[in-house]
Amino acid sequence: MTQWMDEEAGPVVRPYALIGGRTRSSGDELDLIAMVTATGAVTSSGFVPGPEQERILSLVTTATSVADVASELDLPLGVVRVLLGDLQDHQLISIGRASASERILKEVINGLRAL
Amino acid sequence: MDFGPSDEPVALKILIAGGFGVGKTTLVGAISEIRPLRTEEVLSDRGIGIDDVEGVEGKTTTTVAMDFGRITIREGLVVYLFGTPGQERFWFMWDELSYGALGAVVLADTRRLTDCFPSIDYFEQRGTPFIVAVNCFDGAEQYEAEDVRIALDLDPDVPVLLCDVRRRASAKNVLVTLVEHSLKVLTASQR
Ligand SMILES: Nc1nc2c(ncn2[C@@H]2O[C@H](COP(=O)(O)OP(=O)(O)O)[C@@H](O)[C@H]2O)c(=O)[nH]1
Ligand SMILES: [Mg+2]
Repeated sequence: MTQWMDEEAGPVVRPYALIGGRTRSSGDELDLIAMVTATGAVTSSGFVPGPEQERILSLVTTATSVADVASELDLPLGVVRVLLGDLQDHQLISIGRASASERILKEVINGLRAL
Repeated sequence: MDFGPSDEPVALKILIAGGFGVGKTTLVGAISEIRPLRTEEVLSDRGIGIDDVEGVEGKTTTTVAMDFGRITIREGLVVYLFGTPGQERFWFMWDELSYGALGAVVLADTRRLTDCFPSIDYFEQRGTPFIVAVNCFDGAEQYEAEDVRIALDLDPDVPVLLCDVRRRASAKNVLVTLVEHSLKVLTASQR
C-alpha cells in the first residue's frame, strides 16, 4: 500500500485505516455516478458517523454523485464507497440513479453544441 | 430537497478509451475541467465483497488515478467524462466504469492503430455504444475515416471521425457525435 503525505499536515492516515480494512460495505456496488443525498434522518441505533462521514453528510445536502464525493473529499473511490455504504445502512443518505431518456439525450446534444 | 419525478438530477457517464498517449487526458481537459479522482482497490480478494476486518496488511492495493471531468449542461443535468486507465492490469475497473455508461469514445492514433483493438473488442462485447475518433497528430500520415473503418473492421453503423483533441471545438464535436450515436442506439432498442 502506498504511504502518502499531506504537505500541510504531515503523514496522514492511510485510507483503508479509515474503514478498518474493509473493501465493501454491505449492500450494492455503488455506481460512480449514482446520486447521493442526505436524508436528514437522525440515527437511533447508536451509529456515530466518523469525521469523513460528517464531511460527506454536509456535502450531500444537495444531490452529489459518488465520483464527486470522492473528488471533493480527495479520498479513493473504494474508501468512499465503504463510507457511503455505512451511511446508507443507517438511512442517513439515499442513493439513486435516474436513467437517461430520449428527451435528456437531445438536451445533452444541444447543450454540448452550445458550449 | 424536492425533486419531482422529472426534476430528479440526472448524471450521464461517457468513457474515453484508447491506448497510452493517444490523447485521452488532452480530450477531457479540452472540454471540461479535470478534477482529481483516484481509486484504490484491494486486489487480493476481488469478487468476494463484503466486510472483512483483520488482515489489512496482507492485502495488495493498487492506486489508480483517473481522468475525470464534468460538464454541466444545466442544473440537474451533468455529463461525466472518465478516461479509462490504459494498462491491462486495470481491466478490472472497466466493468465498473462501463456499467450504465451512455457510451464510449475510442481514440485512435493511425501510427499505432492496433492499440485501440482491446477497447473496441471490449465495448463490442459489452454492447456499449461507441464511436472511433482518430486523433490527428502532427506528422502522422492523414487517412480518411473510411480507411480507418476498414482497417479496424468496424460495423458500418459505428461512427468514425477525425479530430484534434487539443481543440475544444473538435473535442465538442466528438462528444456530440457519440451522444447522437447513443441516442440512435437507444431509439432503435425501443422499437
Ligand atoms: N500534435 C498533437 N499532439 C497531441 C494531440 N493530442 C494529444 N497530444 C499530445 O500527446 C501527448 C499524450 O496525450 P495524452 O492526452 O496525455 O494521452 P493519454 O495517455 O491518452 O491520456 C501529450 O503530450 C499531448 O499534448 C494532437 O492531437 N496532436
Ligand atoms: Mg492520460
